[in-house]
Parts: sequence; structure tokens; C-alpha cells
Amino acid sequence: MEIFNDAFIAGCSALGAGIAMIAGMGPGIGQGYAAGQGAAAVGRNPGARGTIMSTMILGQAVAETTGLYSLVIAILLLFVNPLI
Amino acid sequence: MNLGSYLLLTPGTGGALAAGTRVLKSSGSDLDFGINGYYHLELFGQSLWLTNTHVALIIIVTVITVLAVVANRILRKADPYKRPGAALNVIEYIVELFDSLTRTTMGEKHGGAFSNYIGTLFIFILMSNISGLFGLRAPTADYGITLGLALITFFLIHYNGFKYQKMRHITDLFHPLPLTPINIIGELATPISMSLRLFGNMLSGTIIMAIIYGLLPKFLLWFWPGALHIYFDLFSGAIQTYVFCLLTMVFISNNFDD
Repeated sequence: MEIFNDAFIAGCSALGAGIAMIAGMGPGIGQGYAAGQGAAAVGRNPGARGTIMSTMILGQAVAETTGLYSLVIAILLLFVNPLI
Repeated sequence: MNLGSYLLLTPGTGGALAAGTRVLKSSGSDLDFGINGYYHLELFGQSLWLTNTHVALIIIVTVITVLAVVANRILRKADPYKRPGAALNVIEYIVELFDSLTRTTMGEKHGGAFSNYIGTLFIFILMSNISGLFGLRAPTADYGITLGLALITFFLIHYNGFKYQKMRHITDLFHPLPLTPINIIGELATPISMSLRLFGNMLSGTIIMAIIYGLLPKFLLWFWPGALHIYFDLFSGAIQTYVFCLLTMVFISNNFDD
């Protein structure tokens, strides 16, 4: 009986997808920090609210990229099964 | 037991998520968030599919074209000596919105020239993202669409780079000489990260909505997914549209000489 059959690889792929999504912590911390700094900046200078808002969203979008890479890897592992 | 090879790469004939595995089946509906092929075509040895992405695209482009023709009619019939009507006010508001957006982001000098392209991009991506509300599968949850949009941005970045900076656009790549590979990788990573950002956001929304629809019992389906549709389709879709357009404008305007 073969140990490394398709079901084993599929289970390990699911585990790998879960482990890959640990990367979601990083963008969460980064976006929260950016939002906090943005709120502080609006508090100091309420007149520049529009500029601060667009800069904050831009930075958050760039910070989100690493989390989305891990999401794409997790989706590929789950639904495309490249290892089988 | 290939759980959905038609999700990203090869469109299949549609149907259930997996034959034989009924894990998330409580409301009687099969999970279906993949790209399904409707019509198969063999052309020059290539296997082509007419998928639900194409159908949604055709519908969206038709709607945008009809709206544009109607807007053009309204503009032509407008009488400058009379009070403007409601439709004319909406059209002027949209046009001025994109004008001011491009002018504030890209500068007064060059910004106005890009308001047409940014407006087209914005309306197309926004309509694609909110098409999940109308029962379509969002075309931006297909990597082919987002990669195409990001490649247009990539082309525009380097076209404007050569136009305004001439050969300095090339020599800037070698500016700190040891960092040349990193500079080149950074340039090439721009379209990949832009396309994957839009694709990942829309695909995650599509998958979560499909799982919610398949997971809940029937009586909960009347009201609970509506709140999630507001978040995943309207809020997330609008934010990602804005981000894509903002990144396009910022990357293009980095190349202006002043």
C-alpha cells in the first residue's frame, strides 16, 4: 500500500493552504498601523483630510499585496492541486 | 478528484464543485464559483472556450455602450440657455469628478489628458466588480481580464517614460549599479502585483459568497447574504477600483519630468 497517494497529497495541500494564510497577519498589522497613523494625521490637520485619506488607501493597498499573494497560493493549492 | 481544475486554468463543463464529495451542501445548491465553459471551439489546434467571463463581459460592455450613447444624446440635445436637467447634472458631475481626480493626482499640466482613459478604466472595473450583485460572475475574478488591464498600465507607464524622460528612462535602471537586477525586477513586478491585487480581492469575494450560499439553510438566504454582498461586491469592489486607478495614475505620473 502506497503511503503518498493522492488523498495524502490533497490533505497536505490543504494544510499548506492553511499555513500559507498565516501571511495574512502581516497586512493586518500594517493596514491597522497605517489607519491609526492616518487618524492621528487627520486629528492634527483636519484640513488635509482628502490627501491623507488617498495616501493612506494607497499605502494600505500596496501593503495588502503580500497577503493577496498568499491567498492566491492557498487557492491554487486548494482548488487546482498542482502537486497531484 | 480534481476539486476544480476549471477554477483558474481549464474551463470544464460546469456543474458541482466535486463529484462525490458533498461537504458543504445544506441548501440544496451546488457550489459553483468556477469559470464554466459554455461553448467549445477548436481553432488552429488551440482549444478555446466561450466561458461565463465572456458572457458577463459582453453584457457589461453592452450596458456601458448603451449608457454612453444615451449620455451623448443628452449632451447633444442640451440647451445652454435653459436650466440643466437631472441627467445632464449627473453626467457633468461624473466628468468633473474624473477631471479633478486626474488633475490632483497627476498634476495640472498633464493630468487632463488622462481623464478619458482613467474614466473608462474606472467605469469598466466598477461595473465589472458590482456585476456580482446582478447574478453574473465578476469578470475581474478571471486572471485574464486583470492581467490585460495591468498590461495596458504597464505599456502606458513605459510609453510615457520614454516620451518625457527619453533615454534617461533606461539609464535610471542602472543608477546604483549593484542594484540593477532589483530595479529591473521592480519594474516587471508592477503589472503582476496590480493584476494579482484586483484578481485576489474579487476572487476571494466570489468564493466566500459561493460558500455562504452553499452553506446556509434556505430560510437564511433571504436576508443574510445581502449584507455580505454589500461588503464584498459594493465596498470592496469600489475600493479596489479606486486603488487600481490611483496606482495607474501614480505610476504614470512618476515618469513626468517636472
